[in-house]
Formats: sequence, C-alpha cells, structure tokens
Amino acid sequence: MEGSLSWKVLAKRISERFEVYRFNLREASDRQLLELSEGLGIGLNLEEMKACQRYFEARGIDPTDVELQTIGQTWSEHCFHKTFKGTILSPKGCILARNLFKTYIRRVTDELAKPWCVSVFEDNAGIVEFEGDYGVAIKVETHNHPSAIEPFGGAATGIGGVIRDILGVWAEPIANTDVLCFGPLDYPPERLPQGIKHPRYIYRGVVAGIGSYGNNMGIPTVNGAIYFDDSYVGNVVVYCGCVGILPISKYIRATRAGDVAILVGGRTGRDGIHGVTFASADLSEKSEEVSRPAVQIPNPIEEEKLARAILQVRDRGLASAITDLGGGGLSCAIGEMAHRSRLGTIVWLDRVPLKYQGMVPWEIWVSESQERMLLSARPENVEAILEIFRDEEVEATPIGEFSDKGILRVFYWDEEVASLDVEFLFNPPEARRIAKWSRPRFTEPEFPEPLDLTGFLLKLLASPNIASKEAVIRTYDHEVKGCTVLKPLEGFHSGPNDAAVLKPLEGSWKGLVLSSGMNPKYGFIDPFWMAASAVDEAVRNNVAVGGRRIALLDNFTWGNPERPDRMGSLLRAVQGCYWAAKALGTPFISGKDSLYNESPLGPVAPTLLITAIGIIPDIRSAVSVSLKNPGNPVYLLGRTYDELGGSHYYGLMGLKGGKVPRLRIAQARGNMEVVTKAIDAGFVRACHDLSEGGLGVSAAEVVLSSDYGLELSLEALASHKVPARNDFILFSESNSRFLLEIQRNHQADFEKLARGSPHMRIGEVIKEPRLVIRGLKGNLIVDTSSEELREAWHSYLED
Amino acid sequence: MVLWPMEASADKEARNGITQEAWRSDELASSSMNRLRFVAKPPMDLKVCIIRVGGTNCDRETKRALEDLGVKAEVLHLTRLLREGNLLEYQGLVIPGGFSYGDYIRAGAILGKQIAAKLGRELSTFIDDGRPVLGICNGFQVLIEAGFLPGLRDSEAIQQAALTTNSSARYECRWVHLLHENRGKCLFTSIIPYRRVLRIPIGHAEGRFVLLREKEKEYLDRLIENDQIVFRYCMPDGVAAMGKYPFNPNGSIYDIAGVCNPSGNVLGLMPHPERAYFGWQLPDWTRFGKPPAYGDGRLIFESFVNCLRRF
Repeated sequence: MEGSLSWKVLAKRISERFEVYRFNLREASDRQLLELSEGLGIGLNLEEMKACQRYFEARGIDPTDVELQTIGQTWSEHCFHKTFKGTILSPKGCILARNLFKTYIRRVTDELAKPWCVSVFEDNAGIVEFEGDYGVAIKVETHNHPSAIEPFGGAATGIGGVIRDILGVWAEPIANTDVLCFGPLDYPPERLPQGIKHPRYIYRGVVAGIGSYGNNMGIPTVNGAIYFDDSYVGNVVVYCGCVGILPISKYIRATRAGDVAILVGGRTGRDGIHGVTFASADLSEKSEEVSRPAVQIPNPIEEEKLARAILQVRDRGLASAITDLGGGGLSCAIGEMAHRSRLGTIVWLDRVPLKYQGMVPWEIWVSESQERMLLSARPENVEAILEIFRDEEVEATPIGEFSDKGILRVFYWDEEVASLDVEFLFNPPEARRIAKWSRPRFTEPEFPEPLDLTGFLLKLLASPNIASKEAVIRTYDHEVKGCTVLKPLEGFHSGPNDAAVLKPLEGSWKGLVLSSGMNPKYGFIDPFWMAASAVDEAVRNNVAVGGRRIALLDNFTWGNPERPDRMGSLLRAVQGCYWAAKALGTPFISGKDSLYNESPLGPVAPTLLITAIGIIPDIRSAVSVSLKNPGNPVYLLGRTYDELGGSHYYGLMGLKGGKVPRLRIAQARGNMEVVTKAIDAGFVRACHDLSEGGLGVSAAEVVLSSDYGLELSLEALASHKVPARNDFILFSESNSRFLLEIQRNHQADFEKLARGSPHMRIGEVIKEPRLVIRGLKGNLIVDTSSEELREAWHSYLED
Repeated sequence: MVLWPMEASADKEARNGITQEAWRSDELASSSMNRLRFVAKPPMDLKVCIIRVGGTNCDRETKRALEDLGVKAEVLHLTRLLREGNLLEYQGLVIPGGFSYGDYIRAGAILGKQIAAKLGRELSTFIDDGRPVLGICNGFQVLIEAGFLPGLRDSEAIQQAALTTNSSARYECRWVHLLHENRGKCLFTSIIPYRRVLRIPIGHAEGRFVLLREKEKEYLDRLIENDQIVFRYCMPDGVAAMGKYPFNPNGSIYDIAGVCNPSGNVLGLMPHPERAYFGWQLPDWTRFGKPPAYGDGRLIFESFVNCLRRF
C-alpha cells in the first residue's frame, strides 16, 4: 500500500490462531486516521474516521479490522449514495438542496402517487403491477470501474449482479438491457495515457462479457444502446439492466428474530475485494495494479442453477427474506437485511464455504465473489431449503441467525471479531458537496445550407452513434425464453425498433414495453435539458410501439462530485429529471448513481440513462418501424424547432451550438396521447420516433427497415413555424416528435384525432425502395436508394 | 415462397395491405389446422421427458410448445432421472437448448459423455424401440457428442461429426430460412412437405456441422443416400445457401442445419422451433397487422406429437 506506515503502530493482533487486528483509534492523530483509512483501503475521509473514533471511544473499545472494513463498505459512495443523500451548498455556503434523492427523484413518485407502484426505491429493484397478482421488477446498474480494468469480467459480473437484484425481490429474470459507452474505436493509441486500455479492447471485452453472461443464463438481451465519445476513453460506461416477473403475493420480506441466515450460491474467494471502495474513487494509472482483485470472476452457470433453486424456494414460501450479495459482500447484505427488519445478527464467518484456504476474516466478510445470495428462514424450514439447493447442485450454508438486539456480531472460531450497532452503521455523517454551474458560452454557428444533403444524411447514418449496432446485437440472444414479441432488430432488414415488447405470461396478451433514452451530447451545454430530453426520449420510444402507464429508472454516471462543477451539473440534471418526469406523469421506481468516473483524461461526459418500462394491453397491437403498404400517408407529429445545439448534424461539422432541444410539456403530452389513441384505434401501421439525426435519419431508418420507400416533402411544413432551412428541418433533434404511417382509409379519422397537436402530412409510402425528400421550395434535397442507406448505416461496426 | 399457417378465422381487417403472395394459403396451412383440431385432445397419458442439467435454459418454452399440443411434458433434472426416474415411462424425449455445464471443453461435450455413460443403455433401448428423441441446439450438440447422431454404422470412427465454432467466430442470433430436404424418413417432419421453406431462428456460437475430415465425402454421401438430412440453410426463395453468410449462418458443410439418425426417430437441429411456435414470435409479424396464430416451428412439434400417438 502507498503512503506512510505510521498507522501500523496502532495495530494489535487479537488472536494467535487467526489474523484479526484491533486498532488503537482513541490515541490516533488525524494524520494517522487518514493513513489508517488508506492503509486498510476503506476510503473513509477524516470526518468519517472521526465519527468512528467517537463511536468507539464512547464504547470504550478499540475497533477490529473487521469492524472498520464493515463501516468502510457500508458508508462508501457506492453502497450508501452519500452524495445523493447529502447537503448541497453553493460556493458561498448557501444550502441549495438537502438530499437530492428525496427532493427531486423520490418526490416525483410521491407526488404522482400512482396506485400501481408496488415497491419503489426500497428494495433491490423497483416493482410495479402487471397483470392480476403478477408484478414486474426492474433494475439498472452500472459496472464502470471494473469494466475499465477487466472488460470481460467487469461487464459480465455487471449483468450477473443486476440479475441477482431481480432474484433479490423474488422475481424471475426475463430480459436484460445494456447501454454501453466507449471511446472512439479508432482512437489514436499514442494518445492513450499510461494505464488506460484502448477503446477497441474494452469494447470487445465488454460486448463479449455481456453476451456471455446473458446467453449462458438464458435471459434475452432485448434493449440497449452503444454510444461513442472521447470522454469515455478513460471511463467506459456499462449500464446493465434486468427485468423480472413475480407473483406479488410471494414478495416476502419478513425476517424475524430467530430466523436463520443462509448463504447460497458460489463460494467465497479473494475476487472482488474492495470493489465498492474502488468504485467510489477516481481511476488512476495504478488502478490496474492496485484494484485488479476488485473485479470479480463470472460464472453464469452457477447463477442459472441458483435462480432455479431460489424460484422453488419462493414458490413454496420457505424463506422469510432474500437479498443479493453485491457491493460489500456479506458485510453489506447481512447488515442491510438486519437493518430492514430492525434486527441484529450473529454470524459465524468460519462457516462460509471458501474457494481456497488462507483468507483472513475481513476478506471473507467483504469479498464480493459472484453468484451468492442470502436468505433468511424460520429454523423449521431450513432443511427443506437446503434440500432444494442440493437438488440443483448449488451450495447452501446456514452461517448465522437474526436477533432482536440491534447489534451486528461476527464470530470467527468462537471469538468475536466484530460487534457494531446497526443504527450507527446506517447513520454515517452527512456528506456536504459544493455545486457550481454556469452556462457555457456557446454561440450559434453560421454557415450556408450545404448543397448535398443526401451526402450529409449518409454520413450521419454512418456516424458511430447512429450507425447500426447489429454486429453487437446479433451476438446477444434476444429470442431465448420465446417471449420476445418486438425485437431489437425488426424483420429481415434488421431495422431499429424503438422499444422491445415482451409477452411474459402464457395466459395473457398483455405485454411489457422496454425502452431507453440518453443524450450525453447535450450535457456539456445544459444538463437540465439533457435530462428532460432523456426522459422524453425514453417515454416516446415506449409510446411509439404502443407502450403506456410508464415508469422510469434513473442512472447517473458522473465525475467526481467533490468538484463543484461536476456537482453543479449533476444538480441541474437531477432538477431536469424531476421537472420532466413529473410533467409527463411518469414516476421513478428505481435508480442508481455511479460517481467518481474520472481518469487522467478527465471526467466522463455527464451520462444520464433513463430506462422506461411500460405496458401494452395486447401485444398484437404493437407497432414496428417498418413500412407496411405503398400508398399509405405519412405524418410528422410534433413541431420542429431551430435548436441544433449538441445535434449530430452540428457534431459532424465539428460544431457545438448553444441551443439544445427543450421539452414543451403540453405538446409532449398531447403528441404522445395522439400516438397511443391512434395505435389503439388501429390507424397506425408504422411508427418511429425522431431522435439522433432528426427527421432525416428517422425517415432513413424507416426506409432501410422496409421493403418499400418514402416520398416526403417539407413544403407542407412551411406554413407551420419551422426553421427556414431545409438542413435544420431535416436534422433538428427537437423532442416529442414521431413519424407515422397511417392506414390509408383512416386518414381522416387520424386527422380528427390529432386535432390540437401539430401534425403534418409530409408524404406517403412508395413501392420503390427509395427515400426521396423535397425541400421547402419543392426542390429535390434527398434522393437515395434503401440499399445505399443500408450500406451507410452498416458501415461503422463491421466485425 | 414463404407461407404461414394462418389462423383460420383471420379477420379481413388484418389482411389490409398484405401482398397477395404472402397471404396465399395452401394445403399445408389448412391441413395443419385440421390436424390441430385432431390432436386437440390427445390422450394425456402420453408423456414427453425434457431433460435438463445446470445451464439448460430452453426447457420452459419447449414444454410450453408441447403442452400447447396437448401432451404432458415433464422437465426433469438428469440427476433426478438417474436417481429415481425411468426413461422408458416416457413416449418421447427432448434435450433442449442452453449451455449444459457451461459448454466447457466443447459445446455439449460434458452432458453428451454423461448421457452416454450413465443413460446410454436405457437411451439406446428407447431409440431402438423407435421412440422419438429431439435435440434442439445444445441438445443437438449433446446427441452428436454422445454418438447418437448421425449414427452411421462405422466400427472405426469414435465420433463421426461435430458441431464446431461458427465460421463467423461469434455467437449468432438470427432468423434463418430452412429447406426441408427429408424425403420421408424423419418422424419430426412428417407433416411438412418436401422442399418446403421454414423460418426459424438460431442462437448459437458452435453450430457449424462438420464431418470427420478423412471421411467427409463418404459420410456426406451416405447421409444423403440414407435420407438423414432433414434441414438445410437456404435463401428466402428456397435455393440452398451454398455456404453464403448470413443465410448459412455458421458455415456448416452442405448447409446442414439438422440431421436424423438412420431410422429417422432421432433428430438434432440447431434452429429453435420453440422460438417460432407462435405467430407473434415471428420477426416481421407486424407486416400482417395482427400476428398469425402459429409459426413454422409448430410443424416440427406437431409431427413429433403425431408420432407419439403410435406408442
């Protein structure tokens, strides 16, 4: 370990038989406290170490390494989300917000008070009602730091972890999602600082890791995105999501005193030591060397067996509670289970099955080895539970019991190695962060309208963030379980559907709709509108295929929150989330933040992922992206504004611009309502949302997904307030817009229905597989074949 | 020509906008529907065993397909079958898809050897009785590794064929076109006309069918001669893919997607018929407005269930 070793004089070994030390905290200087924190790798700051000092002083004892490790794990940013629960101050010391989570995220849910929300922000995953007694559980996690060090293992265990979150609410996992952000694949290797791996290496490893875990476990990966930006070179972003289904009557969390704690699944090893403290610090060039052991080793087959056994335990109602072992390992799982039921526990660490001998007690206690879960059960049910696990060839071991004392006690070979008040453990000192945000001064660029818009459209299609991700999507099984109704790739042309639709229950036509939204490019200009746009994008993608009654998940990946500018942009994004989600009537049900995504290359782009889960009453009315019938009219729903700041069109020319797309609430709600009603009435044959690359790219994607073509004209837009330039109309990324193919004989009905929302008939489906667009003055501005569009769209990710 | 067995009562509304060809209902579709009514009430004492071990993951949807056709399908862990079960109580056997034991060593290798060693004699009796055994994806790999497929009579070769890494060197999940090339021996395609094109998805990293190199030509000729080739990857119009990617998604020799044993009662195929059982599972069902009732995968299960009735 780095730094001075003066803290070692504080240590005293407590037993001859095994390695546990007590530390004389009472007499430690501030410097020694900090060195001790660093020496043990627990990542506590001085204020937190002093809180420990006071606590142990009051009790008149010295803490053991097991106790300090427990506190370090529980109080880490990763486990406790200090920043989201802390106080945010202005640089001058005025309080800007207390508890971001309650003030903004949770408040949406509380104020909307939707009766179909079953469990929000309380458990491992959010749960909403689905059909009858069935509920849907969903969770999205990040696994950024491990993936930067060991891409395959980091990403695979990310999926493994989020699947266990779903099992951790007694749900059966039915689908995965993944949203990945990498540096450009053609990044010049000579520009990479020491210790940072090339984006191509990380990309290959992450993609393979996710595919391997999901495919091996037999869970389809149905929704996702891949995003490229320079800021991800040093900080890869890996979002892993999982959706599950459960009978709500089987959702049991009722641990009582006297219940037995049973550790189930894989064995405990030295992989994944200090993962949470690693994830709560910036990456440095030493990360590889120092933190390699923090990355776990994936074994999806173990988890597949584990899942089978857990679902049997659930169905027979044998256990009283369940939780997964993730960050912090046993120390956090046991602590949280006790805390949730206001209990204490006694744990015998020597009973934990190990991968190999030689681990010291604190390592066993904090190891984050994968594929493990914790059950609590009445003593009389233990034998039946063990038998189920035996049948599935999975280890299950009673390692402790719950007590009503409110104290967490840990024993090793009959000697007490830790004793902590659960109440103390879950009340860390409040974090304070300083936030500062000033609007960057970007000006609108001035340049003449290019002559060759077809060329620009093809370039946009071939640009990394718009181009087809088929090369990756096909390596993920999206069909296993046979429930995928609307797939990530539509038909035999592999077009991009807006959302995935699943049919989870045999006896019901009701479906689940899964979509996401993310716009890191707007974040540098204004995080508030970035957040609002991400919410709108996730929701409109969902609505586009027929989804409704939508719930949201928020996932933040930001830089170091102890730096005021990062914190300032985070605060603004959180405010944007509240405003947009409240206005669209979509509650947040779960979320997660990953901070400290910084490397020698700087902070990660503020990356907010919004995941939306909706329902569709009958999957047979789901709408896809491909054109269905020549002669059908095509409508643009929603107004296009002159707001190209952060757009892909500007990006193509190396421009930024200052005006990012805003969200107009009344229009957004109105447009989405029109789409839902029109789908329900059977008017809509195809639908695609307008996002990256605006109308031009959306129309191109529709054409390349189809056997047919589109002939559009912007003339119809001239009478609506639109930008006066063809290129701006084609490539503006204004929110809340849809491109719709309407059944010919329902054209009048649709127009009646859409009255009150800006809707324009801009063309029709043609038999020739071409995209033809006429400009404001009727001149031809885009004319290309769907073959050309496909070629451009498939050009970025070839292998 | 691609045809779908359509729901007999498909409403006119749903037909709006669909080209005439796509809607042309032929004898197959209607006969398939008649048969459907016929098998609607098969005796429930017909039991199919679906074997699973750690890593098996397509058992539930396979069971769903069989039970939709009215037979009882039991998913049984292999250790339980070995401990307390009796394979001969079942009229049919399915080894479903997945990654048995993590597919370490080689896809299907561990389970294949386990079955050969621990269930080999029972399974040989089962097969010699003429009872149907279906291996889907990983199940196909297992049947090859266990030596039950292709099952040519040859005293020298230990293993006659293998399913090896796709020529694309990666996992592939995609819908493919399959040409039914069996002239009548295979029990699992009895209701599918010769040279009919089916659309069914694949999902595998190791599906390239290869034959023992020294005897490649001889074995292939014998497979063709014996009528053991059941499905070949083909172009949408029914012409064999001739190795062309992605129509032949894995580089299999002779575009082979599925083979049966010399008696026709053991079938292994890489594509997943259980993922193409219902119409709403099709990748482009939205073209029809409403999804058709069933997909092509059903035809295989239906043939399977039909031959069960003979026992």
